[in-house]
Amino acid sequence: MNVRFEVLVQLKPGLLDPQGKAVEGSLPAMGWTNVRGVRVGRHVELTIEADSEEAAQAQVQEMAARLLSNPVIEEFQVLRAEQVGR
Amino acid sequence: MSDTGRPRIGVVTFPGSLDDRDALRAVRFMGGEGVALWHVDHDLRGVDAVILPGGFSYGDYLRCGAIARFAPIMDEVRGFAEAGGAVVGICNGFQILCEAGLLPGALIRNRQLRFVCRWVDVRVETSVSPLSAGLVAGEVLRVPVKHGEGQFVASAADLDRIERDGLVVFRYCSPDGAIGEPHTPNGASNAIAGLCNEPGNVVGLMPHPEHAVDPDVGATGGQPMFASLLSSALAHVSA
Repeated sequence: MNVRFEVLVQLKPGLLDPQGKAVEGSLPAMGWTNVRGVRVGRHVELTIEADSEEAAQAQVQEMAARLLSNPVIEEFQVLRAEQVGR
Repeated sequence: MSDTGRPRIGVVTFPGSLDDRDALRAVRFMGGEGVALWHVDHDLRGVDAVILPGGFSYGDYLRCGAIARFAPIMDEVRGFAEAGGAVVGICNGFQILCEAGLLPGALIRNRQLRFVCRWVDVRVETSVSPLSAGLVAGEVLRVPVKHGEGQFVASAADLDRIERDGLVVFRYCSPDGAIGEPHTPNGASNAIAGLCNEPGNVVGLMPHPEHAVDPDVGATGGQPMFASLLSSALAHVSA
């Protein structure tokens, strides 16, 4: 079966996020003065061919921990898994 | 060691490395033998020290250094480092060493979000590292930086440990050695420009000593760093 995942990777909460700060800093100039706490992350979509949903889940967790994110500075979430093939 | 008695310093080329040639040239300029190493080889060709050079390995896609970390030659680099061999990561090489877990912390986007390319001064903090073995704490060296992701960060616990154990090798500073925000080109925590691991044989730094050995192209703050590296490499051979 093919299982599709979306992985969201973000800087850990304690870390200054320079991109988020830059976006937050630009919004008031455009008239949106009520926006707080902008964080910019990375969104990864991928499809895994696996024997079971569980196997695919375990694999995506490991890939996210070892390559898609750097555990020193980032945290990740596997957002959604849906079966897209047989 | 080579037949000529000169230390053999390996420089790894990854796809996207830019400063491998300059690093090899700096090694030769300072009297060592430069040995080109290739990312897919499982072979360090008997070198006495390894440099991971600057650039954009594998395009720096995903995160800087994240993919290079898994290059075949990194197995050998890790084994060499664990055996006490001198390993130096410059700029992208520093990022690779952090991604590989051979150095603590990580390098993230510069605080001001802009690529920075200029001369900086760095203060030597310890003589325990292959790049500072011949140097005295407090000495100030002028070297260039050129990076977009050079802001050193680490967890509060790691940062405490780094400071407590004296792992900081270089800090950004003013020409007379003062530390402060204006002298730090990227917002690095504690003005950290370079640091080493606990045993002191693995060192990474954002500035580029390999661009600062030849007086024809500017300051020569890289000379004492390379001189240290060459003598550290020889010490490793005779140890």
